[in-house]
Amino acid sequence: MDIKLQQVSYAYAQGTPFEKRALFDIDFEIPSHTYQAIIGHTGSGKSTILQHFNALLKPTSGEVHIGDRIVVAGKKAKDLKAVRQKVGIVFQFPEHQLFEETVLKDIMFGPMNFGVSEKEAEARARELVGLVSLPEDVLEKSPFDLSGGQMRRVAIAGVLAMEPEVIVLDEPTAGLDPRGQKEIMDMFYKLHQERGLTTILVTHSMEDAARYADNIVIMHEGKNVLRGTPQDIFKDVETLKNLRLEPPRIVRFQQKIEKMINTPFSKICLTEEELATEIARVLREERAES
Amino acid sequence: MMEKMIFGRFLPGDSPVHKLDPRSKLIFVFAFIIIVFLANNTVTYALLLAFTLLVVLVSRIRLYFLINGLKPVLFLMAFTFLLHIFMTREGAVVFEWKFITIYEEGLRQGIFISIRFLVLVFMTSILTLTTSPISITDGIEVLLNPLKAVKVPVHELALMMSISLRFIPTLMDETDKIMKAQMARGSDLSSGPIKDRIKAVVPLLVPLFVSAFKRAEDLATAMEVRGYRGGEGRTRYRKLKWDMSDTFALVLLGAMAVLLFFYRS
Repeated sequence: MDIKLQQVSYAYAQGTPFEKRALFDIDFEIPSHTYQAIIGHTGSGKSTILQHFNALLKPTSGEVHIGDRIVVAGKKAKDLKAVRQKVGIVFQFPEHQLFEETVLKDIMFGPMNFGVSEKEAEARARELVGLVSLPEDVLEKSPFDLSGGQMRRVAIAGVLAMEPEVIVLDEPTAGLDPRGQKEIMDMFYKLHQERGLTTILVTHSMEDAARYADNIVIMHEGKNVLRGTPQDIFKDVETLKNLRLEPPRIVRFQQKIEKMINTPFSKICLTEEELATEIARVLREERAES
Repeated sequence: MMEKMIFGRFLPGDSPVHKLDPRSKLIFVFAFIIIVFLANNTVTYALLLAFTLLVVLVSRIRLYFLINGLKPVLFLMAFTFLLHIFMTREGAVVFEWKFITIYEEGLRQGIFISIRFLVLVFMTSILTLTTSPISITDGIEVLLNPLKAVKVPVHELALMMSISLRFIPTLMDETDKIMKAQMARGSDLSSGPIKDRIKAVVPLLVPLFVSAFKRAEDLATAMEVRGYRGGEGRTRYRKLKWDMSDTFALVLLGAMAVLLFFYRS
């Protein structure tokens, strides 16, 4: 399912002295089955943007296309349930949304709201606890007895249980330990590939964006300032610096090596594996020359 | 919806009203609430209305903004107005149609009550709009200080007030966040039968309570860690300063009271 933003602007508390513009003429498209990262500092408008992806917020001007639904500024949008089932959002600190007596019931809450039968919802819940690497016996526990990391996984399972076509992640790993972070990001990536999802990752981690995303959008003070593949974006160190952003560690490492041996590499490497292969190639070539 | 409510909100600015000492503003509003009840005829009500509009003018808050933000209260006002019109049966008949008869006295009373409502709501809103919550509590604490003699825990009350005021926006944000998270999971608070809507409140309230209690606990710990042990011997960071303008505001109100006394029938 494609998502397209056309000239989208948004202002909080419009028409009062507290009015605050959060988005200015945002224009971009997220094609189906791609992995899109949205990067920006706090206050850059990235959390405001993500609420447009399933019509939790309506633009104050412009249009949002969600699949074949079009949300237009100033028009009443009815029956948004279908949209919300197709676009699942994992909010920041999603563990704050848990409320049921048992983990099982909480995971079933989403799908049952969208008219999935109890039996089917329970089957999905049982399958998903494994997927988010939790032991099956947590299903009968109260979500409030779990650890923070486990609660996070339950909340994520609750969103996945709706079987959305598009999944929007808002800093899904904030506050987790490094191992948990990697596990969760890898799980999302696996799901993205296996189920052909469209994934939108809102983050300030350049590392995650470099590792997983097909495309990156950089937000700065409510404007979309840069757009492109990770290679394009991280090539231009100067522009990033002006936006007070740093390329991922791996790219900075590559740049240091390039400076040290005085040979630019043929491409920008986004993972350790890629960089290792590239270094080996360059070294081999140098040896052949000498 | 919440964004439009202005009741209890603070609008920073630098008008003469903003600059007044919170103590004088509190006394002013409190005394004003009392003298409003002195008015009982056209002249006195007109005086009250003019006085209130003057204060609005000086506070530099747009009238349109005040009216817009107070819509829920204005609805209540309209309701009492209608009640008066239909319930009072005195004076000459001004309007008659089928079973509806409106009497002159009813109309008069309705308008008077509406004005009374309006000036009270305007004045109290101006107090909260021009005074930050923190200075209001500071003002209240100082004004209530004499009650310490009769063992009223004034400092604790003021602390409770400032903490609750401080957390209103936080809890509102939190409600908004949780509401959106549950809406994204298909919960529907704004449509469907009443029964379903009431049920949809549970997923909102449970997380809200959990986080409120957690916050309270964290705050208590944070205060204790920083050595808080009540108001005994505590000095103030924000000093209140009584100016000429504060005295002037109260004198003005006194003059208003005298005028009302003079013209009331």
